[in-house]
Amino acid sequence: MKGNEVIAEAAIRCGCDGYFGYPITPQSEVMETLMARRPWEETGMVVLQAESEVAAVNMLYGGASSGKKVMTSSSSPGISLMSEGISYLAGAALPAVIVNVQRGGPGLGTIQPSQADYFQATKGGGHGDYHLIVLAPSSVQEMNDFVDLAFELAFKYTNPAMILTDGVIGQMMEKVELSPFKPRWTEAQIEELNGSWAATGKKSHRERYIKTSLEMVSEKQEKINQNFQDKYRQMENEDVRYEALLCDDAEYIIVAYGVSARISQKAVDILRAEGVKVGLLRPITLFPFPKKIISELADRVKGFLSVEMSSGQMVEDVRLAVNGKKKVEHFGRMGGVIATPSEVVEALHSKLIGG
Amino acid sequence: MDELSVKDIIKPENLVYGKSKIMTDTPLHYCYGCSHGVVHKLVAEVIEEMGIQEDTIGIAPVGCSVMMYYYLDIDWLQAPHGRAPALATGYKRINPKKYVFTYQGDGDLAAIGTGETMHAVNRGENIVMIFINNAIYGMTGGQMAPTTLLGQVTSTSPYGRDIDLNGYPLKITELIAQLPGAAYVTRQSVHTPANVRKCKKALRKAFENSAKNIGTSFVEVVSTCNSGWKINPVESNKWMEENMFPFYPLGDLKDSERDSAEKYQVQKLKK
Repeated sequence: MKGNEVIAEAAIRCGCDGYFGYPITPQSEVMETLMARRPWEETGMVVLQAESEVAAVNMLYGGASSGKKVMTSSSSPGISLMSEGISYLAGAALPAVIVNVQRGGPGLGTIQPSQADYFQATKGGGHGDYHLIVLAPSSVQEMNDFVDLAFELAFKYTNPAMILTDGVIGQMMEKVELSPFKPRWTEAQIEELNGSWAATGKKSHRERYIKTSLEMVSEKQEKINQNFQDKYRQMENEDVRYEALLCDDAEYIIVAYGVSARISQKAVDILRAEGVKVGLLRPITLFPFPKKIISELADRVKGFLSVEMSSGQMVEDVRLAVNGKKKVEHFGRMGGVIATPSEVVEALHSKLIGG
Repeated sequence: MDELSVKDIIKPENLVYGKSKIMTDTPLHYCYGCSHGVVHKLVAEVIEEMGIQEDTIGIAPVGCSVMMYYYLDIDWLQAPHGRAPALATGYKRINPKKYVFTYQGDGDLAAIGTGETMHAVNRGENIVMIFINNAIYGMTGGQMAPTTLLGQVTSTSPYGRDIDLNGYPLKITELIAQLPGAAYVTRQSVHTPANVRKCKKALRKAFENSAKNIGTSFVEVVSTCNSGWKINPVESNKWMEENMFPFYPLGDLKDSERDSAEKYQVQKLKK
């Protein structure tokens, strides 16, 4: 199955209550698959084509406020349009899942794959001090697995979660083992799980709930922000995910996520065959970023190469984690160009081994 | 008839009017003479009388009524500027049994949120939209609104609204009434006791429509903003009658079950 189709199938299977989206290449198959599947007849999941990305993300805000599982998907320019709404979701502490199948930018850019939205995804994207939980699948299987995981984390932290993928993974066809069906939450389950915050109608036993990001008293707004920062720290303590491949004896580490990790994996094979002791660290959560393992690796390796389809965005987080202990270089292609494994091999030689 | 003593007057059985239980004790932040307080009260009374407090979700806008959630004791969502109809759509679609209403001003509903407004109604979302039209931006300090009248002076049309510079006042309610998804479209005011009663009836009907799945109910309330208009409350009512009502005439614009597809000449495509 195609990565985008798997996102749709995984949404139905994980008990999602509503999908709201707007067509944009290269991810339109998500809504197309959902509309063809008609999940409202099967699980009761609502699928609605909105009039814009702006409307779609605000439909998410409405749906998320009721304590139900809602999601959307888009691609880079569409995510920019949604960024105001995503900031509101974070500010109102609402769980929702947003999929970004990245394409090249800036502006209308290109419809070819890219990883140039790393800053936007991991540093907030909209206005204000906030973060999303950011998951980066590198296979079609993970496109399936991470939908459920994204909902789990979004509800754990009552915070929006983003699946940051790209046009390659979205369009790529691979074998996939789909998750078993989970029923949608019942009203009683929602009351039990999310009753402390979900606006399901004012009950006599509780105060009214107001899902808002507005607080006019500065001291209170600061307190809200401090609570958010506590939440982000908790994410860093409890929910950092990464995959370390051949890092134990490595002298050099390639750091790469998503499709760049797939390309870099091949580069590692080539370099190992040449006798270069290189490992691959693949962040699965881009926020929270796997700082600790990178810092530990920095104590024993000679250098890092960050491989991304961008001008060098994640490399900044790698440098912060390495904190000057070792050399950190970047290699990337931009504008929709996909790097080849041999280019990565060459970059590692020229920038780290020979450099 | 004998005059009632004070003792009699305060007996519960002689109570003829009370504050709705849905209204909280929080003092309203609105200016004296503003229509918001009256409309809030009417919405609260309708919710109380219909017994739907536990099933009603209000969507507050950005504008003077952004903090409407302080005043009505129901669950609330507070929307980004203009997006209340999208929030309402998202909520209502996955919670079809709830009563969902938006409460928006002219800037929110007819300028920045025009797209969301038109499309929510066009889809026939089974929601109530309450539209406060006072022809000015109140909260930001009296700037021109999409509904500002020609020649009307505001802080961003200091020489009066000019067609060449600013375009025409937008009769969005008339546009809404054209959409097949709209079930009930009406224009009301709350400047006299008679109008208050009429407006309450309209709001009640709009909320009742929500449960019938017949499309969107849209209630415009032509309102005063004496602070923005820079005249006193009494003169504001007079100014509204003389200037607003001729351009925004009161009354029902549409009252029907959802119009059939045939009426809109929707043809089935040949395969």
